[in-house]
Amino acid sequence: MTEKNLLKHINLANISKFREFGLLGFIVLLAIVFQILNPAFLTFGNLADLTKNTAILSILALGMMLVLITRGIDLSIGATLALSGMIAALTVREFPGLSPLLAILIGIVVGVICGVVLGFLVSKVGILPIIASLGLMNAYRGLTYWISGREWVSAYQMPASFKDIATSSILGINTLVFIAIMIFLFFYYFVNNTITGRQIYALGSNPDSAKISGINSHKVYMLVYTMMGGLSGLAGVLWVSKFASAQGNTASGYELTVIAACILGGVSINGGIGKVTGVLLGAVLLGVLDNGLPLIDVSPFWQMGIEGAIILIAVLFNTIVKQTVEKSHRLRRVI
Amino acid sequence: MKKFGILGIVLTAILALLVACGDQGAAGGSEEGSGGDTGGGDDGDKRHAIVFKSTGNPFGEKLMEGFEDAVQEAGGEAILRAPEQPTVEGQIQIIEELISQQIDSLTIVGNDYDGLEPVLTKAMDRGIEVLSTDSAVNENSRMVHVNQADPEAIGRIQIEAVAEMIDYEGEIAVLSATSQASNQNLWIEWMKKELENADYENMELVEVTYGDDLRDKSVSETEALLQSYPDLKAIIAPTTVGIAAASKVITDKGLQGEVVVTGLGLPSEMAEYIQNEVSPWMYLWNPIELGYLAGYTAVALSDGEITGDVGDTFEAGDLGSYEVTETEDGTEVLLGDPFRFDIDNIDEWKDVY
Repeated sequence: MTEKNLLKHINLANISKFREFGLLGFIVLLAIVFQILNPAFLTFGNLADLTKNTAILSILALGMMLVLITRGIDLSIGATLALSGMIAALTVREFPGLSPLLAILIGIVVGVICGVVLGFLVSKVGILPIIASLGLMNAYRGLTYWISGREWVSAYQMPASFKDIATSSILGINTLVFIAIMIFLFFYYFVNNTITGRQIYALGSNPDSAKISGINSHKVYMLVYTMMGGLSGLAGVLWVSKFASAQGNTASGYELTVIAACILGGVSINGGIGKVTGVLLGAVLLGVLDNGLPLIDVSPFWQMGIEGAIILIAVLFNTIVKQTVEKSHRLRRVI
Repeated sequence: MKKFGILGIVLTAILALLVACGDQGAAGGSEEGSGGDTGGGDDGDKRHAIVFKSTGNPFGEKLMEGFEDAVQEAGGEAILRAPEQPTVEGQIQIIEELISQQIDSLTIVGNDYDGLEPVLTKAMDRGIEVLSTDSAVNENSRMVHVNQADPEAIGRIQIEAVAEMIDYEGEIAVLSATSQASNQNLWIEWMKKELENADYENMELVEVTYGDDLRDKSVSETEALLQSYPDLKAIIAPTTVGIAAASKVITDKGLQGEVVVTGLGLPSEMAEYIQNEVSPWMYLWNPIELGYLAGYTAVALSDGEITGDVGDTFEAGDLGSYEVTETEDGTEVLLGDPFRFDIDNIDEWKDVY
């Protein structure tokens, strides 16, 4: 009897542990389908496009993961991205000689400021994250329009050095992808091996006991929103450099794509759960869909439908796994 | 409760900040907008007013510049106005002021299709000739609309252009805005009709894709076109974001000369890609000419030369002779083919709009 239960438990643990493999398998399956329908999918050129287009999404998704783990949410990242991208673009328009590294730094600083404001509202003032970030989303978006005077910064107004951020390579890897990899490695180390990283999880899975055990919750909340802001700022500069154009409505609604990537990657909206590898795979899955669906001849209406259905399936899968695990925990307690 | 109290304070603070921002932004623009307002002066000259959507819009500045030129050529006085924000309320307020100034004609670039009807009918009742341009108002609110170009010309000219660029041979694709965008869909219909012409028998429209006017999606769609059709010769993008995104992809992939891009785009967005020859040329309306034609139409209406009925003809200065034609909704004067932007003129236009 006990042996049987133990066996069952191991199997279920395996499922939740190797949920990422399920996602990976799904991505591979999807890739095979795309490949059959259009042989251009698995070519070097297309995969290069795919990774380049997914880089920004994965950077943002990693930041969002931390926010979601603390039971929060940040709806203002699209606006933060637009604001920092616009400020960086306006700066390089005025000072074409500016080093691209400095432009990136400006974007990050703007993003950090945006994040600090949200972090303050959430941690010190105690406003619900969804409300605070909803308000700031509109405020930052309005600020972007105001700063730009409703005009766009176009390709010809940006120096080549700035546009090269997105097209150049470091060690043979496209700079966008390189930056995304660096951030991935940092996050992997940060959440798994540092005390602060573990505190984020502790606070998310049980805020009350985390506080009792001496975790400074204000500090942790502040940190996750600031990091999210900084990453949005970075993403803003990369975005504007990649598309060589800064508009007031840049990345409008993009926060939902980022949240979708996190959920696909197994992050729980209820907090406490989420893995860096899972989030990366979630972002890659969305990247594969965005890249692959235009390659196969489906109508634009179906494209959206298919994307939505896949997200729903992934979330359902996630919920079922979680429920079964919890059920087995309860069973064990009875015995 | 305490939480909500603080929330209230914070939200109020944010609102206050926004209002402050709005005021400053508007203050910056209003100076420009009223720059052309030469005020009263009852010296017998006819006074023609134009009310644009909002101040500080480069397209609007050029439109009003053309309007002013035309009115002054005809010996009248131009009044150039625009509200600080693109709202119906702002326009109504300005129109009320203009009615009390007893102007001779009013040209409106509507912020709303129906919302201006009461105030514009009031203006017409007071003997003011009312016409719309660029962005139309409904049939009851105006005597005639001065339009940029008709959908047929816009669709056909893009196929003619692309044919010339690729020597009437090869695969072409269209990158549009959203699949429901009525403007673009109408233009694409006309493109398909133009392609039925025997001149284009060696050209094939392989796919119409939709970038939704989003940068990232337009880029993905362009990349997918290039992957799916390795022999693709041209991309037509009748939308500002699409044409710039497609040109950026071609530039980054170093496909200059192999795949050409054309369509409709903002000169500022496209300057880079016209200069690097990814797009040999592209089209958009010329706001100065549109304003100029609107100016002459206003003059002709107030002189009683036309009444805005179908078949009326009048001379519009340098642009030549124009005729009032019928549309689904009232009558209109059509400017003609869209304006061509190429490497020779892009420098003078890229800072304009």
